[in-house]
Amino acid sequence: MQLIRCPWCGPREEVEFHYGGQAGVAYPADPAALSDEDWARYVFVRDNPKGRFEERWSHAAGCRRWFTAVRDTATYRFER
Amino acid sequence: MSRVDGYGRIDRTRTLTFTFDGAQYTGHPGDTLASALLANGVRRIGTSVKLDRPRGITAAWGEDPTGLVQIEEPFPEPMLLATTVDLVDGLVARGLGGRGRLAEVPDTARYDRRHTHCETLVVGAGPAGLLAARTAARRGDRVVLVDDRPAAGGALLGTERICGRDALDFVADTIAELRADPDVRILPRTTAFGHYDDGFVLALERRTDHLAEPPRNVSRQRVWRIRAGHVVVATGAHERPVVVEDNDRPGIMLAASARDLLHRYGVRVGREIVVFTTDDAAHGAAADLEAAGARVTVVDPRPGAGGSATRQAQVVGTRSDAEDGAVTAVTLDDGTVLPCDTLLLSGGWNPTAHLFSHVRGALRYDAELGAFRPGEPLDGVTVVGAANGTFDLAGCLAEGRGETPEPVARTTRVVWRTEGDPARQFVDLQRDSTVADIARAVGAGMRSVEHVKRYTTIGTAHDQGRTSGVIASGITAELLGVPVESLGTTTFRPPYTPVAFAALAGRERGRLYDPERTTALHAWHVEAGAVFEDVGQWKRARYYPRPGEDMEAAVLRECAAARTGVGILDGSTLGKIDVQGPDAGVLLDRIYTNLMSSLKPGRVRYGVMCGVDGMVIDDGTVLRLDEDRFLVYTTTGGAAPILDHLEEWLQTEWPELRVSLTSVTEQWATFPVVGPRSRDVIGAFAPHVDVSNAAFPFMSWLDTEVDGVPVRLARISFSGELAWEVSVDGWHAAAVWQRLLDLGAPYAITPYGTETMHVLRAEKGYPIIGQDTDGTVTPQDLGMDWVVSKKKPDFVGRRSFARPANLDPLRKQLVGLLPVDPDLRLPEGSQIVELTDALPPPPVPMLGHVTSSYRSAALGRTFALALVKGGHARIGERLTVPVGEALVPVEVTGSVVFDPEGTRRDGEPGVH
Amino acid sequence: MESPVSTETLRPTGALDGWAGRFAELPDSVALLAEPFHAMVDVRTADPAALEGLVGAPLPGPNAWTGGERVTAIRLGPDEWLLTSPFLAPPELEAAARAAGAAALPGARVAVADVSAQRTTVRLRGAHARDVLETGCAIDLHPRSFGAGSAAVTLLGQAGVVLLGLGPSDYRVLVRSSFAAYLAEWLLDAAREFR
Repeated sequence: MQLIRCPWCGPREEVEFHYGGQAGVAYPADPAALSDEDWARYVFVRDNPKGRFEERWSHAAGCRRWFTAVRDTATYRFER
Repeated sequence: MSRVDGYGRIDRTRTLTFTFDGAQYTGHPGDTLASALLANGVRRIGTSVKLDRPRGITAAWGEDPTGLVQIEEPFPEPMLLATTVDLVDGLVARGLGGRGRLAEVPDTARYDRRHTHCETLVVGAGPAGLLAARTAARRGDRVVLVDDRPAAGGALLGTERICGRDALDFVADTIAELRADPDVRILPRTTAFGHYDDGFVLALERRTDHLAEPPRNVSRQRVWRIRAGHVVVATGAHERPVVVEDNDRPGIMLAASARDLLHRYGVRVGREIVVFTTDDAAHGAAADLEAAGARVTVVDPRPGAGGSATRQAQVVGTRSDAEDGAVTAVTLDDGTVLPCDTLLLSGGWNPTAHLFSHVRGALRYDAELGAFRPGEPLDGVTVVGAANGTFDLAGCLAEGRGETPEPVARTTRVVWRTEGDPARQFVDLQRDSTVADIARAVGAGMRSVEHVKRYTTIGTAHDQGRTSGVIASGITAELLGVPVESLGTTTFRPPYTPVAFAALAGRERGRLYDPERTTALHAWHVEAGAVFEDVGQWKRARYYPRPGEDMEAAVLRECAAARTGVGILDGSTLGKIDVQGPDAGVLLDRIYTNLMSSLKPGRVRYGVMCGVDGMVIDDGTVLRLDEDRFLVYTTTGGAAPILDHLEEWLQTEWPELRVSLTSVTEQWATFPVVGPRSRDVIGAFAPHVDVSNAAFPFMSWLDTEVDGVPVRLARISFSGELAWEVSVDGWHAAAVWQRLLDLGAPYAITPYGTETMHVLRAEKGYPIIGQDTDGTVTPQDLGMDWVVSKKKPDFVGRRSFARPANLDPLRKQLVGLLPVDPDLRLPEGSQIVELTDALPPPPVPMLGHVTSSYRSAALGRTFALALVKGGHARIGERLTVPVGEALVPVEVTGSVVFDPEGTRRDGEPGVH
Repeated sequence: MESPVSTETLRPTGALDGWAGRFAELPDSVALLAEPFHAMVDVRTADPAALEGLVGAPLPGPNAWTGGERVTAIRLGPDEWLLTSPFLAPPELEAAARAAGAAALPGARVAVADVSAQRTTVRLRGAHARDVLETGCAIDLHPRSFGAGSAAVTLLGQAGVVLLGLGPSDYRVLVRSSFAAYLAEWLLDAAREFR
């Protein structure tokens, strides 16, 4: 059971958190202007690196705030 | 009897009676089942799993690969090690042939878990661990000290001296000092079985099995969830044998285990003992056993090892002419045959570094030890004492204090096996795996110990290869002709010892297995005899059978009441989200497929939400409470995920929007009052409110007070009937519900459950998200193009509606199905195929499936909703639904099978 | 149509009505008491100072609560507090919070929602109170980490709770009303060892 550091509540057990996938994938400014392929890439495709990864997490069972954290997908370690 | 006077820490003043394999024996408090059996001369415990060879006890504690027993009394439990079962009066056990049997009666014992936090966790209360715990406690740490044995002291025999005192006195004093510290928790009989990230350790405490009369209110086992700033691994070492031919007979044991049995339990394991060792420690064991009255011959191939009585030779095989299969002689490499009743083996020591390995600590091969020991240190973990490869007492104490010990010369000769028939040289005795099996694995091309492990199953039994793992690596390396260090060892994973599922489940059984969420009316539903349905974690009233009614009869009655009189439902489980702020309308416009910002205060609108992929995720009504405030109703199951969904968009994508979201699901109880007579009931309930269609039109709401209690009334209908939803705060829910029942009595108001609600909505073609949809269904598939705004430039999911796959005319679409036989109710989930008299050979092309299916009181027949490929274009066609062996013809209709014109929404003509 | 006149007033009921008997069987070392009918409002604002007058103290920071004479403020999140009061009626507390919010800094919006029935309150105190909580709460409850004035939005058993430290061996647990029966059952079961 890992501890994840919520910026607002401090370290809590990972069961209190909800994973939100890759961070920094912005909603396209004008979806209608995108090709089907580009839109599909936004909807369905995310990076899957081995190593450092910027992710969104929500402290679902606590303050309900979303935050961005950097985690190493090989070691699970969060950067502090 | 082989109990020796003057030895052991058992209580000889008391006698315990137990039964093993049908025979009665006695032992003493402090015994394990194994020590008591050995004291009684019982050497054969069971037979091996594949080869049916007799097996005995080969070690004194949890590393024993062979001595598995089935406990019958006090409670049936399979596959326990006799060496770790506390002897209690009345214990009934039997030996196993490799497999056990689970209890067939419910386990009434309690199991629980407990969280605890500390700065320092010390695992192992041997000399190194005790010193580490004392050092941490003295500097003010909160300390947890866990040890898997009943008493502290680890491998101390009681013959050593520490700080000028008897070692066991030192142990007792240290424990006393620790006990006196309120910030120290000592947990004996507790095995740390898993070590995870961030200083998290799971430990199993065995709390009552050793007690003559376990208290009923205390858990039998407890899983400790320990969060430690620093973990000190002081888990000692396991002796390993040398593999010799026929090394699996009863009477063959590890040397240190025999010594332990003598000093801990006063059990001398034999009279005529041969000790075969390549390590110094076994010479001490030999001397102790000799002093206890055994005749001991030491065989050691190292020149000059031991005294002059030591035979410089190797044991290459064993013989037995005993009835129980126990060893009666050993053969040496010089041809000598030594008669004996016991063979003790020692090939050196394996540091017990599992808890270091669990958290990805790398183990490094130490050629002098012939074992793997912790390599590069880890943050937050320290390994001390024998677990770190430091075997001398002074070194263990120094490491426990946090000091670097004086180096000690090593004298172990690493010998994995002696000459002999590889097919009779057992490496993993529990798995019946031999040197020949390793040779077969290597011959088949295995080059990694991980592959050899899986091919041979060595190290996969209850003991996880404590004594056999390194030997398997060594023999594999020999066979491959590579150094052991290049081969490595298999990865240790939790759990360190087997843990019962009951312990892991803890108190999360029965009623506490999963939380039951209840509404403010739960007690009323129970009183009314409701049959409940699980909807997520909610307990919802499904129907209220009257005497003699089954579900079908009750639901037909409840449906008829709602369509011809008045019914009332507890709809309180619907999710409710308070959306507040100047940009509330903007947020909702971006989330719903339809326009919400144009809704006027006092009005209600139905809306649908999609994911970015354009698939429907939830639906419900939205009340505009004020210019900058909306109340969003979600489905029951959508309450939490939809709030999360909204928060995610709001916080991560549109933080500039001035909106706040608050769950008010339990704040509001909501009761639909449904049917042509609902106006009478609402009119009586809120006599000051004009409930005429003109004053209170469909899809409007107002706040009022009844007896000073704020109440919200809304004209919302999930049934097509004239209906109001009455909402009130949860405190007054029960009272308002009762008031509505009282006022509805003249109209025979009928409480109805979720089943009737489902029938009523299905008759109107209203989908249930998650039942009629499955995450691949768009609003258009549901025939709800009207709910998708053409005006809004964008909203979540809009762009996906233009993807080619979303425009495919063969998408599955929601339609109604009327079985040609009006009495036949299709099972939900049934597949749908083209109209046919006989199914073609498989694969049969599937057109879709039945999502909802009911018997309709209003129609006097059965009907169903279904997702059918190109369904909207098939209305009027006939299709086939295979039900069991039958091929049921059905007619495709629109999804609204009752009152498609919507004439009933404002009440029956003539009633008001 | 003649309608029957209901003479009874609409009396409130608490989510743990009916549990008092089982709670009363517990020893003092694990005393459980339902505390129904505390008014509660959820307040969101970037200007918590605006509410100081209502609470009678600065609004608390992370993992803390502050008790004024009539109103208590519990921090739920970076811009979110739960105001509770056993003295004020829910509409009174909501109105007071709105009135206080009206004085907030320009641009620092105050959102107020009545959530009085959303959660119910259980008091747990006694020598073994912490032992009971530690059977299902993963945060560090040692008095040095979680004492009087501490607050945490976390999990207890499988229920989301707001846990307040009131003093040594004295806690208040706020739980969603629909989970109240589960939590009561869970607490009673956890307390079995100390009966």
